[in-house]
Amino acid sequence: MPKEQANWSPYDNNGGSCVAVAGADYCVIAADTRMSTGYNILTRDYSKICKLADKCVMASSGFQADVKALQKHLAARHLIYQHQHNKQMSCPAMAQLLSNTLYYKRFFPYYSFNVLGGLDNEGKGCVFTYDAVGSYEKVGYSSQGSGSTLIMPFLDNQLKSPSPLLLPAQDAVTPLAEAEAIDLVKTVFASASERDIYTGDKLEIVVINADGIRREYMDLRKD
Amino acid sequence: MNFMASKQPENSLLGLESDSQRTLYVTCLISIELGSSLDVRYPYVTGTSVVALKYKDGILMAADMGGSYGSTLRYKSVERMKPIGKHSLLGASGEISDFQEILRYLDELILYDNMWDDGNSLGPKEVHNYLTRVMYNRRNKFNPLWNSLVLGGVKNGQKYLGTVSMIGVNFEDNHVATGFGNHLARPVLRQEWHENLSFEDGVRLLEKCMRVLLYRDRSAVNKLQIAKITEDGVTISQPYSLKTYWEFSAFENPAQGAIGSW
Repeated sequence: MPKEQANWSPYDNNGGSCVAVAGADYCVIAADTRMSTGYNILTRDYSKICKLADKCVMASSGFQADVKALQKHLAARHLIYQHQHNKQMSCPAMAQLLSNTLYYKRFFPYYSFNVLGGLDNEGKGCVFTYDAVGSYEKVGYSSQGSGSTLIMPFLDNQLKSPSPLLLPAQDAVTPLAEAEAIDLVKTVFASASERDIYTGDKLEIVVINADGIRREYMDLRKD
Repeated sequence: MNFMASKQPENSLLGLESDSQRTLYVTCLISIELGSSLDVRYPYVTGTSVVALKYKDGILMAADMGGSYGSTLRYKSVERMKPIGKHSLLGASGEISDFQEILRYLDELILYDNMWDDGNSLGPKEVHNYLTRVMYNRRNKFNPLWNSLVLGGVKNGQKYLGTVSMIGVNFEDNHVATGFGNHLARPVLRQEWHENLSFEDGVRLLEKCMRVLLYRDRSAVNKLQIAKITEDGVTISQPYSLKTYWEFSAFENPAQGAIGSW
């Protein structure tokens, strides 16, 4: 019988964009809720944002099955951590754990593109941005996923982060107020969904500050 | 295999080359690392789309009964929807034998759960999650179960409808479809589905989807079943056919208006 199926691949790209912005006393993490494969939209309401600890949230795009496996793994590791230390993991610690977890699968990678956001031990906003095999960097804001090529330069233009080469080291957090950061995130997603077919349907925004975690939603283009 | 792997520049795993090249590179690496040959196979007897939706009292699901051997319509009475435990209904497209293997796994799962005899039973959410892990685990071993699965169910008044693909991609929605159904049925469902569909309207909507698929999916056959699951359990209909109309003049003489040299 002739082979009719296209060559099997263990990977798929389910699209989606993630953004995180850190401020002096807050962190905003956002992602759209569209899940696609090729030109098909599989569902318009799939959350890409996962709460890993009390003050630590991860947004991930890429291959949904790998992302789900990664989230489950981190949740299990965090449960063990809580049993051993009787406290929540800090955001910088979770950032290192995520990097190690991704690198552990360096030769059969999790096809997932993550941004991690939260508050550090001083209550200051922090954002960590990753590639699929675990390289990571602490930044003031970042974008990952299918719309990142449209979003990142816009954020650069609006936020102008201090060069990491400056001495003494400058703080990376953005000067924006919380409400301004949320507005900026809404704007970048409204813009990205105009040109990126994998970004759209709905925007989910998670805000972390001293009061705790808050969630809000905004509609995006559905075409 | 070795040749392909060594041809790739060492540090270009990310970013530079296309997805298919990257996949091939990773694939080669895996087979070298594990010292095993690749296990990916291809399907023999396959079933086509499954379509399912939530309605007022539960879940409705439809699938035709064809079993294709490549493009040959080999089997005409394949049941592709089965009840799982007390609260779930499973529909499958893709390799029929892999589906039957999955049914064996689930039979064991439900049996062992039942042997606790503690009055608890696995609901559709648990069964769907189990299937998700089985499919993803097999893709990690490069030996996938060649199916797209749809799982529907009702437990404690909660309706559940989800799907899993061959490589483990999974999600829940108010309506789902596999294969061709994603292209042809879901647009219809997105336009016409609403929360308060009655049983009759739900069946009518599914039949509309199945009719579109019958006309345009060459491996669909006009013999289908519709299954229903509510709080009271699963009912799968007897096989029946849809009324079709082929007498359009363009069908009777398709070459008219397209005159070729022969």
